[in-house]
Amino acid sequence: MSEKKIRVIVSKPGLDGHDRGAKVIARALRDSGMEVIYTGLRQTPEQIVDTAIQEDADAIGISILSGAHNFYFSKIIELLKEKDASDIIVFGGGVIPDDDIAGLLEMGAGAIFGPGTSTSKCVEWLRETVGNKHNLESN
Amino acid sequence: MQELINKALNGNVRSIARIISIVENESQFTEEIMKTMYPHSGNAHIIGVTGSPGAGKSTLVDKLIESSKADGKNVGVIAVDPTSPFSGGAILADRIRMQRHAVDPAVYIRSMGTRGSLGGLSRSTYEAALILDACGKDVVFIETVGVGQSEVDIMKIADTVCLALVPGMGDDIQIMKAGIMEIADILVINKSDRDGSEKIVAEVQTMLDLLKGKNWVPPVLKTVAEKGTGVKELSNKILCHKEFLQTDPEGRNRKLRQLTVEIEAILQRELAKLTEHQWGQHKDEQLMEKLLNRETDPYTVAGKILEDTLLNTPTRD
Repeated sequence: MSEKKIRVIVSKPGLDGHDRGAKVIARALRDSGMEVIYTGLRQTPEQIVDTAIQEDADAIGISILSGAHNFYFSKIIELLKEKDASDIIVFGGGVIPDDDIAGLLEMGAGAIFGPGTSTSKCVEWLRETVGNKHNLESN
Repeated sequence: MQELINKALNGNVRSIARIISIVENESQFTEEIMKTMYPHSGNAHIIGVTGSPGAGKSTLVDKLIESSKADGKNVGVIAVDPTSPFSGGAILADRIRMQRHAVDPAVYIRSMGTRGSLGGLSRSTYEAALILDACGKDVVFIETVGVGQSEVDIMKIADTVCLALVPGMGDDIQIMKAGIMEIADILVINKSDRDGSEKIVAEVQTMLDLLKGKNWVPPVLKTVAEKGTGVKELSNKILCHKEFLQTDPEGRNRKLRQLTVEIEAILQRELAKLTEHQWGQHKDEQLMEKLLNRETDPYTVAGKILEDTLLNTPTRD
C-alpha cells in the first residue's frame, strides 16, 4: 500500500480577519508535504466540521486571534463527536492565554501552539500524531 | 471494505470521503472499490470547468452549484489544485469560493492535489467522479487546476467541458492555437465587464465559424460570475449540451472514446507497476557497468525485463 498523504484543514472561525498566521502555517504544512485544505476566513464551526468530513481530513487547524477560542474549540469538538468523527484531530494557535490552554486540551484539543512557536515544531507534532492515527487504523 | 462501500453507495458522506481517499492513495482496495462502483455509475452529468489561473473557475462553479440546487439536483464537486513538485504538499483552496455550500447536505465538495499529474487533473479524478456518480450525485462538477494551453485531460472525463476565458489574455493568434481551445463544448468569457470583452467574443466567434455545419457548435457566453451575471444562460447551455449528447451519436461516441482511454490508462499503470518490480530485481552494479561500457544497450535490457515480466506474471481470474 502506498503512503497515506496527510490532509489538514486550516481555517479561521468567527469574525477576526487576521489570517497571516493561518497562511504561514498552511505554507509550512505544504512545504512538509501535506495537503492543506484552506477554507479562508469567517467560517462557522458547522462549515469547518462538514468541510473536514467531506475532505476526509486527518486534522483541523484553527487560528484564532479574537479571544473566542473556548467557544469555537468546544463547539467544533462537540460537532465532531455528534457526527461520529472524533478521530479528526483538532489543534490550534493564535492569541490564546496560557491559562486557557489546559482547559482546551482537556476539552479534546490535541495541541495549542502559541505565538513564537517554530513552524517545524507544529509540523513534527502533526506528522507524529497523524502517523500514529494512521498506524492504528491500518492495524 | 464492502460495508464501507455500501454505506457510501447509500450516500453516507463520511464513507464517500473515506473511499475517495483510499482510491486516491492507490491502496490495494482500489480495484475492489471501482469494480463495485462501476455498475452503479453512469447517471450523473459530469461537467468540467477549465481555464487559466484566475479566470474565475471556482466562482463559476459556486454559482453553477446554486443553479443545479435550484433544479433540485444533488451536486458533487471535485476541485483540483496543484501539488508541489518539490515537497509533494499542496494548498487546496478552490473551495474558499464555495464555502457557503459547505453545510448543505445536497452538496459534496472534495479538493484534490494533482500529485504529479500534468494534464490539469489528478490521476484519481476519474475514479473520484465515478464514485460520486455511483453514490447518487446527479451532477458532478470538476474544476481543473488553472491551465495553460495544453492540459486537456478533462476531455477524457467530462460530458460537457466549459472553458473560461477572460479579456486581455492575448491576441487572436492565441485563440487559433491548438490544444485547450479545441476541447471546449461551451466557451465562457468571464469577467466580461472588463475592457476588451467584446474583442475576445468576436475573436472566438470568428474561430468557431470554421465549425459551422457541425452538429454542436460551441456557444460563446458572457458572464460576470462574481455578480451572477450570465450564469442562468450558462446553466441552460449546459443542459442543452446534455440533451444534445443524449440525442446525437456524438454522445455515445464520446463515452466510447473515454472508456478506451480509461482502459489504456489502467493497462499502462498496471504494466508500469509490474515492469518496475522486474527492473528492481534486475538492476545491479554489474549491469549498470555493462551499460556504461557499451557492452549492452538500454533497449536490450528493457526488452529482457519486459520478457521476464510477461513470463513471470501469473494469469488473473
